Amino acid sequence: MLILKNVDIFYGKIHAIKRVSLHVNKGEIVTLIGSNGAGKTTLLRTISGLIRSTNGSLVFDNLDISKQSPDTIVKKGISHVPEGRLVFKPLNVEDNLLLGSFNWYSFKNRSEIKNDVEMIYSIFPILKKRKKQLAGTLSGGEQQMLAIGRALMARPKLLLLDEPSMGLAPIVIKEIFKYIVELRNTFGLTVLLVEQNARSALRIAHTGYVLETGRIILQGPAEDLLLNKDVQRAYLGRDVDYEI
Amino acid sequence: MYWEGEKECINREALKQLQLERLQSTVLRVYMNVPFYRKKFDELRIDPDAFRSLGDLSKLPFTSKDDLRMSYPYGMFAVPLREVVRVQASSGTTGMPTAVGYTRNDIKNWSNLAARILVAGGVTQNDIVQIAFDYGLFTGALGLHYGAERVGASVIPISGVNTRRQVKIMQDFKTTALMCTPSYALSIADTIMEMGINVNSLSLKYGLFGAEPWSESMRHELQEKLKIVATDNYGLSEVMSPGVAGECSERNGLHINEDHFLVEVVDPETLEPLPEGKTGELVITTLTKEAFPVIRFRTRDLTSLITEPCSCGRTFIRMNKVMGRTDDMIKIRGITVFPSQIESVLFEIEGTEPHYQIILDRKAAVDELTVLVEVSESIFFDQVRKQKDFIERIKARLASELGISVEVKPVEKQTLERSGGKAKKVVDKRTL
Repeated sequence: MLILKNVDIFYGKIHAIKRVSLHVNKGEIVTLIGSNGAGKTTLLRTISGLIRSTNGSLVFDNLDISKQSPDTIVKKGISHVPEGRLVFKPLNVEDNLLLGSFNWYSFKNRSEIKNDVEMIYSIFPILKKRKKQLAGTLSGGEQQMLAIGRALMARPKLLLLDEPSMGLAPIVIKEIFKYIVELRNTFGLTVLLVEQNARSALRIAHTGYVLETGRIILQGPAEDLLLNKDVQRAYLGRDVDYEI
Repeated sequence: MYWEGEKECINREALKQLQLERLQSTVLRVYMNVPFYRKKFDELRIDPDAFRSLGDLSKLPFTSKDDLRMSYPYGMFAVPLREVVRVQASSGTTGMPTAVGYTRNDIKNWSNLAARILVAGGVTQNDIVQIAFDYGLFTGALGLHYGAERVGASVIPISGVNTRRQVKIMQDFKTTALMCTPSYALSIADTIMEMGINVNSLSLKYGLFGAEPWSESMRHELQEKLKIVATDNYGLSEVMSPGVAGECSERNGLHINEDHFLVEVVDPETLEPLPEGKTGELVITTLTKEAFPVIRFRTRDLTSLITEPCSCGRTFIRMNKVMGRTDDMIKIRGITVFPSQIESVLFEIEGTEPHYQIILDRKAAVDELTVLVEVSESIFFDQVRKQKDFIERIKARLASELGISVEVKPVEKQTLERSGGKAKKVVDKRTL
């Protein structure tokens, strides 16, 4: 579904992403792990069109997206849940969700959009409870659900999720990751998940890529990466001496 | 039947993307973790970050068996020893042995790839598998063992006991699949006959043979004598054995597990990559091995690649049965000749014993090849005329088979040198 080949991204003179090649197959959860500053967010923002790559090819569903504008890319089916959630704080939950359907909104679609909102509420019941509440007053976990719901309103084929676990309590992280799996299982959603929380991400993903100072140094089935000692040491926090 | 159908029948564009990704990270990792490669890359000013296409592979240096020997035992391991859960070694018949290592993930992959080959050869979980390779440091036995267990077959780890015992176990345990070298299989077939056992009373269905080159006529003989479907599989301990390639039921080339191994065929002298279909030395680069990755390893095995799609549905390219080793190759008057070619002609002709020697000499600036062949007594002492005709016949057959004319000299039995069971096949007297 998404194929990146030899993508280079520069921040001025800094070669932030070096010749990265990766792919995401339809219906899979693929995770990109790596520590702070590795370049993960940069890569996601390039896929969604916010940043231009210098070199290399980015192809989504056989379409070259390396030079497309962000709104075209959303229309083609990629939705980006940004790092830090970035919900529209002065707006209430429902308005946040409605805004998510911006790219396909039209007077005729109103009732369809309303149905979509109801569907988001059925996935995240807490959002229904808080639908008239201002987004800025929600808890971290609720904001994350809102941000995901908002992205889903664009009816994406591919969801780019940037560090959903950031700043959330472990128990909330567990819930969010359960939701991600449910979305994939129920709706066949394809997900590219960027995470510093390598353990949680690798537990739900099919395939993983490890990004270190801008390059992919390892890839493979997520369960193999969990067992890989280098990954454990660098990203899982300690030497795990038993089979996970 | 496939073990991993989705992967074995993968779309070739998707395969190329997978290979590129894996090659890029492998090159980075060997540069970072293996001093041997870091030194070589630095010497050749190769930037591991500069890899952008599979074609860039030809810019990388080769790895030879000698390189491995010099790093014996652990010099080329890419991970700390505490992550290595298995160490194995090659047999070391042609020099110092080499050691290889596997992490947990490597063992997982190895079992999986071996399973692919077993299933391609017909094995299912309903089979009873007799592994007659020697268990020990040699990788063949354990590789097949783990692969067969993965498939779910019932494994008899009999190892290399005497042939009578092999046959007895085959009868008692109702073995359906036999795994060993093809020459050992032939000995077992002969033993079955000696013991007066009707081969149809056995339960054998499949034979998966490897670890040495064997011809189509050998296959037919084994299939006839043992009433099995015999498939070839290929591997080498420095890369993975078994697991690199294996025949499907079409028996028309060995499918290479291209998602884990990148292969090239190069001219053994110039080391230039050869176009598909041309015979040359097989060179392998590992894409997923953690403990012991190798870049462009020269296998010294000669083969050619087949890129036409196979009717079995697998999209992996195939390699032809290994023709021989590069060490065996003879170059004379612009032609390449293999002892195995001469051997197959001599085997066909009655009156020759299976012992021969090839002498290469230069007379008046022209290279000459003489085949000394031991003959049975009747040929030697019979009328001169008959002997001459016999020799002429051999010469004619060899000339048509090899493409050059050669001399043939009959010798008495037992006159040719034997050393430890293996006679010295080629004597090259040409001085440079």
